[in-house]
Amino acid sequence: MSKIGVITFPGTLDDVDAARAVTYAGAEAVSLWHADADLRGVEAVVVPGGFSYGDYLRCGAIARFAPVMTEVVAAAAKGMPVLGICNGFQILCEAGLLPGVLIRNQGLHFVCRDQWLRVENASSAWTSRYEQGAEILVPLKSGEGCYVAEKSTVDELEGEGRVVFRYVGGNPNGSTNDIAGVSSANGRVVGLMPHPEHAIDALTGPSDDGLGLILSVLDSLVAA
Amino acid sequence: MTTTELIDTVGHAESTPEQAQPYRELGLKDDEYQRIRDILGRRPTAAELAMYSVMWSEHCSYKSSKVHLRYFGESTTEEMRAKMLAGIGENAGVVDIGDGWAVTFKVESHNHPSYIEPYQGAATGVGGIVRDIMAMGARPVAVLDPLRFGPADAPDTRRVLHGVVAGVGGYGNCLGLPNIGGELVFDPSYAGNPLLNAACIGAMRVEDLHLAHASGTGNKVILFGARTGLDGIGGVSVLASDTFSGDESGSGRKKLPSVQVGDPFTEKVLIECCLELYREGIVVGIQDLGGAGLSCATSELASAGDGGMHVWLDRVPLRATGMSPAEVLSSESQERMMAVVTPANVDAFMRICAKWDVIATEIGEVTDGDRLVITWHDQVVVDVPPRTVAHEGPVYHRPIERPADQDALRANGPESLARPSTPDELRELVLRMVSSPNLASKRWVTEQYDRYVRGNSVLAQPADSGMIRIDERTGRGVAMSTDCNGRFCRLDPYTGAQLALAEAYRNVATTGATPLAVTNCMNFGSPEDPAVMWQFEQAVKGLADGCRELGIPVTGGNVSFYNQTGSTAILPTPVVGVLGVIDDVTRRIPTGIGAEAGDTLLLLGDTHEEFGGSEWAHVVHGHLGGLPPKVDLDRERLLAEVLVAGSRDGMISAAHDLSDGGLAQAVVESCLIGETGARVFLPEGSDPFVQLFSESAGRVLVAVPRSEELRFTEMCTARGLPWARIGVVDPEAGSLEIQDVATFGLDELREAWEGTLPALFD
Repeated sequence: MSKIGVITFPGTLDDVDAARAVTYAGAEAVSLWHADADLRGVEAVVVPGGFSYGDYLRCGAIARFAPVMTEVVAAAAKGMPVLGICNGFQILCEAGLLPGVLIRNQGLHFVCRDQWLRVENASSAWTSRYEQGAEILVPLKSGEGCYVAEKSTVDELEGEGRVVFRYVGGNPNGSTNDIAGVSSANGRVVGLMPHPEHAIDALTGPSDDGLGLILSVLDSLVAA
Repeated sequence: MTTTELIDTVGHAESTPEQAQPYRELGLKDDEYQRIRDILGRRPTAAELAMYSVMWSEHCSYKSSKVHLRYFGESTTEEMRAKMLAGIGENAGVVDIGDGWAVTFKVESHNHPSYIEPYQGAATGVGGIVRDIMAMGARPVAVLDPLRFGPADAPDTRRVLHGVVAGVGGYGNCLGLPNIGGELVFDPSYAGNPLLNAACIGAMRVEDLHLAHASGTGNKVILFGARTGLDGIGGVSVLASDTFSGDESGSGRKKLPSVQVGDPFTEKVLIECCLELYREGIVVGIQDLGGAGLSCATSELASAGDGGMHVWLDRVPLRATGMSPAEVLSSESQERMMAVVTPANVDAFMRICAKWDVIATEIGEVTDGDRLVITWHDQVVVDVPPRTVAHEGPVYHRPIERPADQDALRANGPESLARPSTPDELRELVLRMVSSPNLASKRWVTEQYDRYVRGNSVLAQPADSGMIRIDERTGRGVAMSTDCNGRFCRLDPYTGAQLALAEAYRNVATTGATPLAVTNCMNFGSPEDPAVMWQFEQAVKGLADGCRELGIPVTGGNVSFYNQTGSTAILPTPVVGVLGVIDDVTRRIPTGIGAEAGDTLLLLGDTHEEFGGSEWAHVVHGHLGGLPPKVDLDRERLLAEVLVAGSRDGMISAAHDLSDGGLAQAVVESCLIGETGARVFLPEGSDPFVQLFSESAGRVLVAVPRSEELRFTEMCTARGLPWARIGVVDPEAGSLEIQDVATFGLDELREAWEGTLPALFD
């Protein structure tokens, strides 16, 4: 059974959800502790949402220095698939695994809503199960989800097809080009603000559309 | 400043019996002060005075309400008690929900702080109730926030509401608890007294229940969590006297706000740390630090145990310098807990705290004997019998008098108010009501709350009740709703409290859960006003009698008095929370229609002409008078049984309770939430205005698949529950047609329903 790590920092909130999604997809969820420089033999890593260290400083700015993140950065360099969700996306940006930064929502309020996303790139390690252009419904819940980057970076992301998810049906937070999620150049590291791990079962989420991310990465692990 | 030189020790107090003490400034009456002297056989030290004054305050001692609250216990039968694992007097009530699970739940008020400093007042209100739940040994799993504000268009409402909503969200979101319900009510009476009530639900295995007590001589008392500072030393006004100046960390101190400052991150870590401590089985007793801080925790723990306690107060980790023992005892710094641990487990306890970077300090020990002794650098500053502080405070029998205007108010009924008569007028009224602040969509508020975290939220606002899955294997879960119509309570507090109970009970059953237990948050004006005490007494009686009739116990509650501006009290607002259990959450009943096309809409219950205290009278005429709707708890119970049976047998595809705004509101919400149209036909020969807007209790709108209609209606008939076929679900229409009245496009309704709060508050 494939092992997927789920990191817990102090203040991580959606680790149980990410682990549940991994289990639903038929893989083994392995809990990774922020203070341990040890990936415990996992084949992919999810950096879940929450408020790591309270995020009283810039979101994710402290978490990137955690011992476990040094291992994640090193593993990513060797091609390990990494998914950052919400705060996890912010942490991956701070850690330099993904370009850009997430700033305060344009409306200034925290926004929790069921959000339609378009899968703009179905060839990344985390999106291969989707049809190109598929629209999926997953919860978005964040106060600092507005994606910004230098124009040249945004152009590069757009040009290389590294905008993986885009908001449709209205931009909830002022994000540049309606960007909801981006990937690394090799498509192995993906970060997004919305929460696919909350959309794995219509009982507790708006849909089960989110499970596709985990199923995708499992495919890529089997293929590798 | 070397504080030791200034310390008022027990010895010093004995030798200076005549020294004047600022007990009045601390809120103590002459006779209360004298009683403390009698208990101690001397004058209290400054630290003791601080402890007694906060613990004997209305907030902590329930001195005005105690004699009335006893009625809850007296009216609870053995049968009702059967499912209760802990009840009134504990940090929170606990009920057995089956499959080995226990659930604890409670509502608390943080009204006054939320007016003064809305963000922090609301944030720490959430933080406080969550620690109460943690102190029972449970993992907090969800929060709800019943909120009440002044008129929606009043400028100060904007200030308070923005802060309160951001505070509830800011704290709850960062803490990682889904917000699954609550209320949002606007009324002029809350203008200077907004109500921030916060509810929390926690879950644990039955065997993990922890009660707050300090037993076992030699056991260690450990304070863990945040440091103790000068914040929240509120009622203790003398401690924030003008002689202090300068920076908090300097030699002098500035006055810090009496409202505490919350740190949800610390609380999140504290939750995980506590749960790990519980799992390891190394906690003998646990207590949260809330109002009255260490004064409360030490005296309550010692009082509930079988021995005494010695506390070395100078060991308490501080975040300000030069704090006096009285200040350390009174500080309400947030995110602190206190545990009693056997000496053998102290190391293991400290290891777990270190893992979570939680500061933990052994500050005391359980002793034999019956005294709570607190020392400060080896000098005794407190030496008291703890029960006299925590449990044997003053008890008042406040004068009670039916308000002079009660009869006139009840006589001034809504009968003579102008009513709409033409279809056009009715059409306009539907839109006006749907867009009025109390009936409009709460989405602007609830969108600022995380309702998904932890992945067990089965239902959340705008559902009739919030529902949380407790056991992922079996699907067992709980539902909770909080309700109160203050206008009904003003017209008749006894009936009003029962209507609040009936509504919360009905809301829980409407989602398919079986109501199990009750908590409350009694928000009232000044207990020194005999008219307010009458309202309070009536509401307590009504609620307790109602619970006995329904056969579900009150497991706990909270009283908030002094909610008034000048001599004008708020509407009496006994917020009632009902918790229900559902053995399989997949059988929940959703609120919105449209899961299946062609469903039949049935109205269960009877509609009478009841407009006293109604939303219509309030919105259209600004009128409050007459009698509230009749309450029939037998009918409510029958209705609940039918709903639960309907859920269990898969006969109901959607259901929505009728309350504020009546049938019109329920139908509109069912359509909009389900994003599906419907055709509604009112009973022939009936008055459409009464049918659409009356607020008769005991009614629910249900959508039933055609294939189940006969079975369901036959069940209703057999059980004696009135039902009427009033419409069909019509997914093709894109509109709501109320036959012979009007047709509304769903877009038009949505704009009316969802546009109001953003227009007011964005």
